[in-house]
Amino acid sequence: MGFYVSLAVLVLAGFVGYAVISKVPNTLHTPLMSGTNTIHGIIMMGAILVLGLAAGGVWSKVLIVVAVAFGTINVVGGFLVTDRMLEMFKPRTKPATAVEAPPPGVASSNGAGAAPGSAPTSAGGPGAAR
Amino acid sequence: MTAIVVSLPNYVQLLYIVAFALLIYGMSGLTDPRKAVRGNRIAAVGMGVALVATLVIPHIGNWGLIALGIAVGTAVGVPAARMVKMTAMPQMVALFNGVGGGAVALISWVDYRSHGSSFGAHTVHLGLIDVHFGAVPTYVAIFSVGAAIIGSISFWGSNIAFGKLQEIIPGRPISLGAAQQPVNLILFVLAIAAGVDIVAGAHSELLFIGMLVVAAVLGNFVVLPIGGADMPVVIALLNAFTGVSAAATGMALNNPALIVFGMMVGASGTILTNLMAKAMNRSIPAIIAGGFGGGGAVAGAEGAGEHAGSVRSTSAADAAVQLAYASKVVVVPGYGMAVAQAQHVVKELASDLEKRGVDVKYAIHPVAGRMPGHMNVLLAEADVPYDQLKEMDDINPEFQRTDVSLVIGANDVTNPAAKNTPSSPIYGMPILEVADSKSVIVIKRSMNPGFAGIENELYYDPKTSMLFGDAKGAVSEIIGELGEL
Repeated sequence: MGFYVSLAVLVLAGFVGYAVISKVPNTLHTPLMSGTNTIHGIIMMGAILVLGLAAGGVWSKVLIVVAVAFGTINVVGGFLVTDRMLEMFKPRTKPATAVEAPPPGVASSNGAGAAPGSAPTSAGGPGAAR
Repeated sequence: MTAIVVSLPNYVQLLYIVAFALLIYGMSGLTDPRKAVRGNRIAAVGMGVALVATLVIPHIGNWGLIALGIAVGTAVGVPAARMVKMTAMPQMVALFNGVGGGAVALISWVDYRSHGSSFGAHTVHLGLIDVHFGAVPTYVAIFSVGAAIIGSISFWGSNIAFGKLQEIIPGRPISLGAAQQPVNLILFVLAIAAGVDIVAGAHSELLFIGMLVVAAVLGNFVVLPIGGADMPVVIALLNAFTGVSAAATGMALNNPALIVFGMMVGASGTILTNLMAKAMNRSIPAIIAGGFGGGGAVAGAEGAGEHAGSVRSTSAADAAVQLAYASKVVVVPGYGMAVAQAQHVVKELASDLEKRGVDVKYAIHPVAGRMPGHMNVLLAEADVPYDQLKEMDDINPEFQRTDVSLVIGANDVTNPAAKNTPSSPIYGMPILEVADSKSVIVIKRSMNPGFAGIENELYYDPKTSMLFGDAKGAVSEIIGELGEL
């Protein structure tokens, strides 16, 4: 790619990025940031290119291996932590109905069970009070 | 200046295009919490495709070292990502961000030193690709040097931000006072001058290292004077820096995947920086110039004395009664909730109230916490459905119909002085209109002012009662009292 083609890609990518990211809601801004940590981990590929094709000398190799490691931390760590976070944002259709369901469930099991005294903490409390 | 320019074979170019198409498609999934997990995974597949494309470039060597770098990075990254607490996410993001900037600076350095001594242009033909050593187009040199400077600033700035958030370094601004701005300017000019010299063809590795060091000092000096409350802006700004520096590396290495991926990050960081600055009613230059305000440990002695009104404190039992007989409660979380790890008990309290028929919502200020979206993540971790989380503009009209606003560890974002007191440093900052609600309960450790170091008029409002204590302890007590009712 020549300079002007590269520059065109740069400018267009900037606009596409702006258009896409503007639509991300406030709720997801933290995962967005950790997600972008993953994405700039692409720098790992730059490091691999230099290491694989050109790095000579011990010192150069040490520096560039550190760069590969840094990039990998971003890609792997960033992805895992973002995935972990986004899973928490998933609407839990099953657990959501489960939240509705437990009070009677817990209450009945308490009734059936012998010792409701030390009932499960939060669900048991109001259930017992009622 | 010399550098490596790689002409990529066609199939690699094609794979790169597939990679960034997947990336952009995946990122657009982040617009909806329901599709976000999938979107993130699609983007990761794009990343994988780019990695494979890079590894199949002919004549890539040093496989052992590549494997070593990947192994070390994985060994560090996986446990870090698995173990980090959600309350520590701002630090984690700062650290990851710095690491990316560091990689950028290192690549530019090695790129320079590998061939800095070989004069004149020559081309090595390696099958499908040509590797040019020696004189390269000026633009390549410019982007490589620019990437080195921004990458170094980002690395050191992010590390300082990490140190502040982790409280290794005091959160209050540390600066040279009036000399700070001129010193920063001189450092900036020095870094640029060194860069220009290198681009013009100076063959001195010492000069290159000097440039990196000057940029490093600049990175330190830019972030050290910034107070804890301005951290959301700083993190977003450094994020943009790292992205742009990665894109610059892509220009230098002639690699379209790097350019596109880097620009996505640059765009994201820029958008978030603007949003955060707007939510604080402060300009980005003003924040960089060093903020008002203190850190976590501002001496609180100045507290109530000078203020005309008096503060009414309450007990957990009274708060429980007040909440239980409300029909509408709005929870206003802040950094105090994060510090105390109180998100789970807050959710428990909300559930108990809901079982009693109370309508519970959460009001989220854009800069509550230490990074964009910090509160949302904590509450999501505690299983609060995201449709209960209301953004500032949506919830503000509802405060008038709210019986009790429960402020948990939030301060400046609720301060009516932002609306009423033109002399206040935070005047003009959009706030959550908590003072509109019928009554307010504030859970707070002490009367210490918040991170902006400003008195909060809300606490002296006759309808406000203060429940002093650690957020987690206080909320647990309320839950206990609620059970007794």
